[in-house]
Amino acid sequence: MTVVRIPPTLREQTQGQATPEARGTNVRELLDDLTSRFPALRERIYEDGGLASFVNVYVGGEDVRTREGLETPVAEGDTVILLPAMAGGRLASFAGERPGNRGDVGSGS
Amino acid sequence: MATPVGTSEVRAEEARERLEGSDAPLLIDVRTDRERRVASIPGSVHLPMNEVGARLAEVAPDPNRPIITFCATGARSLRILPTFAALGYEDAVSMSGGIVAWQALGYPTESATALDEEKLARYSRHLLIPEVGAEGQQRLLQTSILLIGAGGLGSPAALYLAAAGVGRIGIVDDDRVDASNLQRQVLHSTEELGESKAESARRTLEDLNPDVTVVTYEERLTSENVDRILSEGWELVVDGADNFPTRYLLNDASVWHRIPVVHGSIYRFEGQVTVFKPFEGPCYRCLFPQPPPPELAPSCAEGGVLGVLPGVIGSLQANEALKLSLEIGEPLIGRLMLFDALAARFDEVAVRRDPNCPVCGEHPTITDYIDYVEFCGIPGS
Repeated sequence: MTVVRIPPTLREQTQGQATPEARGTNVRELLDDLTSRFPALRERIYEDGGLASFVNVYVGGEDVRTREGLETPVAEGDTVILLPAMAGGRLASFAGERPGNRGDVGSGS
Repeated sequence: MATPVGTSEVRAEEARERLEGSDAPLLIDVRTDRERRVASIPGSVHLPMNEVGARLAEVAPDPNRPIITFCATGARSLRILPTFAALGYEDAVSMSGGIVAWQALGYPTESATALDEEKLARYSRHLLIPEVGAEGQQRLLQTSILLIGAGGLGSPAALYLAAAGVGRIGIVDDDRVDASNLQRQVLHSTEELGESKAESARRTLEDLNPDVTVVTYEERLTSENVDRILSEGWELVVDGADNFPTRYLLNDASVWHRIPVVHGSIYRFEGQVTVFKPFEGPCYRCLFPQPPPPELAPSCAEGGVLGVLPGVIGSLQANEALKLSLEIGEPLIGRLMLFDALAARFDEVAVRRDPNCPVCGEHPTITDYIDYVEFCGIPGS
């Protein structure tokens, strides 16, 4: 079994679990196993059959995109980390404030 | 300095050789007054970047005489060369690595200000560390660091940078102090509710350390103002922005201006820190080619954040900024540090340059500012 670390923004999809375990010899099998138990997670991290471009997956501290993608092997005891980008502050604030104003974006988390 | 030298640059060694030879070029210091007071190269003339257009002819009456420009590390003096060319001074090159490289080779400098009694006392704990010392402290005093946001991350970062004696600190923030900020934004206080965050920050930082000059920009970072702001001599940016469009805009601008960014982000109990040093390490787009769709990217305002978390992450950003300024230690270039406050644990993952990165890759496809709000999938109206 391999521990998969789930970021706070995806924990709603894992019923609050931060470090669920999953089985698989590569990333694809591992995520298949995990998302079979948490189907809502699948919708969040997959896009057109592949990993969504805004989610990074790390095996042993390396981004699987720099290795073999979903075929990257996972060994017993590896830590797998799912990581989407985090903005920091109040995303909603400018979305409605300045509609259509090109490049007018906020600052100050 | 192992940095590559372009055709518009000379290494400090070659610069010194040419300066000591016959037909010596004119050596022009394009830094600020403050920087020049701390250390300058004997025989150089002073022409701050923002005065080049008005005073170049006065400083260099003969446009055919070769010119060597320098600044702190060689970025500004390289960037100003097209202005020299436009004014008819074609034979101008920039000294790569700037006065920092010059000093590293042990070449002579002169100083108008040594550390006085007050500074010796204030910075005594820095002076005791060999990696900082008097030279490092003087360097901090002439360093310019720009903070995007005087909020949760910017607060601790700014406080520690000011306390450390970073001579010039810029604050970009158009927001006002709100009651909901005070749980974590330690630059501001209850009596400053409703005031401009940039002004509140200035007051706090200048009270803390009168050696610091605070430059405020009470505006939101936009495609229209980012070039102007980044051109004002900032050597380093600390990114404490609160949204994806600003982060992608800042990334693209900092790559094009070649200014390193110390990145931090937070949500609930978890934070991320890394350093993006253009063309030496990955950029934000190499790490996250795309932001999550807005419905998958809850903000701190929606999801909340533990008050002390930005204290940890912002302090780590200050740590990286000081290391980069002093050129000591191992900066978080190509490494993303993850902090989980609940587990009390740090993790680290590798971040590599993406050869296909649309901004810093081998064949960039984004070469000018885009519509960042649209790029981040945020509905207009």
